[in-house]
Amino acid sequence: MRADLDVIAHWVAPQARVLDLGCGDGRLLRHLWQERQAPGYGVEIDDAAVLECVENDVNVLQVDLESGLSLFADGSFDSVILSETLQTIHRTEFLMREMLRVGREVIVSFPNFGHWSARLQVAFGRMPVSETLPYEWYETPNVHHCTVADFEDLCRRLTVRIRERLVLHAGKPVTFLPNLLGSLAVYRCTAG
Amino acid sequence: MNAPHDPSSVGAVKAQKSSFDAPLRLKGGAELPSYDIAYETYGELNATKSNAVLVCHALNASHHVAGFYEEDKSNIGWWDNLVGPGKPLDTQRFFVVGSNYIGSCFGSTGPASINPATGKPWGADFPVVTVEDWVEAQARLADRLGIERFAAVIGGSLGAMQALQWSLSYPERVRHSIVIAAAPRLTPQNIAFNEVARQAIMTDPDFHGGHYYDKGVVPTRGLRIARMIGHITYLSGEAMAEKFGRLLRRGVPGFDFDIDFEIESYLRYQGDKFSTYFDANTYLRITKALDYFDPAADFGGNLAAALARAKAAFMVVSFKSDWRFPPPRSRELVHALLDNRRIVSYLEIDAPGGHDAFLLEDPRYHKALAAYFANIEL
Repeated sequence: MRADLDVIAHWVAPQARVLDLGCGDGRLLRHLWQERQAPGYGVEIDDAAVLECVENDVNVLQVDLESGLSLFADGSFDSVILSETLQTIHRTEFLMREMLRVGREVIVSFPNFGHWSARLQVAFGRMPVSETLPYEWYETPNVHHCTVADFEDLCRRLTVRIRERLVLHAGKPVTFLPNLLGSLAVYRCTAG
Repeated sequence: MNAPHDPSSVGAVKAQKSSFDAPLRLKGGAELPSYDIAYETYGELNATKSNAVLVCHALNASHHVAGFYEEDKSNIGWWDNLVGPGKPLDTQRFFVVGSNYIGSCFGSTGPASINPATGKPWGADFPVVTVEDWVEAQARLADRLGIERFAAVIGGSLGAMQALQWSLSYPERVRHSIVIAAAPRLTPQNIAFNEVARQAIMTDPDFHGGHYYDKGVVPTRGLRIARMIGHITYLSGEAMAEKFGRLLRRGVPGFDFDIDFEIESYLRYQGDKFSTYFDANTYLRITKALDYFDPAADFGGNLAAALARAKAAFMVVSFKSDWRFPPPRSRELVHALLDNRRIVSYLEIDAPGGHDAFLLEDPRYHKALAAYFANIEL
């Protein structure tokens, strides 16, 4: 499983009610159900991924995250997960607020644009391409890149409390200079 | 494509009929003293009777879901692209039942049937039936077929309303409810279209207040217009533009009232065809069944409260180009199911076919249904 998904899976309590936004083929939800008996729903817009979810026998809802989470009642989930999807969202603030509305806690992972290799590529006049940022600028689905420091600024602005943070590179935790040496960040947050 | 040798067809099928003598108390208060239900089955019921799937039909269809009739090979079932060996609803794995609703003109007891009290056709005296009544009748058919619990109940449009109602009337008897191109209740706009269709029929001089059978006439004009109105709502504007454009039948405008545009020709053709085989009294009743369907009505309009008793897992599918029951109507249903923490998946297919897309073979739609059925344990 992808490194951030592994972290997320450990952060989800057994039997927790989970909402996985941008759930892809549903493998995290399937894992959470099998390993943690945590029931959940995935939200996914891509036709092929939705089909894979149905094949994987996970609950999937094909709606657009950009239009919010109006299908879900306030506080109806223990954990709302947004894994490697934040950077593709146009209405970032709006979605963060929506996640905090429907979930007791939110778990967010994203590629860290502050990683040294990205900084170096930009310094040499190129948009970064790497394992966690695998797209050329003209084909990327990403619209809102951010760094570890940027995301924490947003959390402060939204009065979101960061409960846990794990920054990774090549699947291993990075504790020294995480915004420079980490390529993937995972956060567990709650409101206020 | 569906020639007799087609291995993905269930092949030649026979319509069956089951007669019931115990009266059926209807939601509207009336009682049907006895009635027949026409049905067809495909595949085999397994030893544990766990593989039965009920297919509910919509407005103008029937129990003839798949295959063809030996005596009329061109009469292919209305959902033959979905049901058959190796098809999404695989008849090698499932025992599929298609049942014709009460009030129909295709075999089950309806307004054209003989009223035992008078020895004449029921006509206008045939009671108004509801989706709940249909489910009740289907449940009796299921009893007779030895099906205690359906693996799934599936339908599109009005058929989807039955699939939903099944999960409410008999929560223990449905494991999966597959609700396609549906709405949890009609909007005033939907009802308005139905009312125009009914007025077209009822103001036809040949309608005779619904007692036209013994007069030897049929309210053809009314039925024709009713069908034309229906067809406008089944197709998306996009699909209509794609199919007909502004093509002129005669190449140039006629400056008269003969057929100019292809769409006019299409509507007239559909209206004419329909008026030769469909019964006007049935049409009136099914549009009423649509109008009255509203499971939330007994719960102060709270759909989530209405669905609290459902136990089935749900698969809800809508089509983006459907403006009769557009995606937000399906999302209302999904919302209410989520409020009840039900197992539910929801697909919003970007297909151009309008409301009728549920009858078409969009690969995203059919692959998803195939995957869903494949995961149903037997």
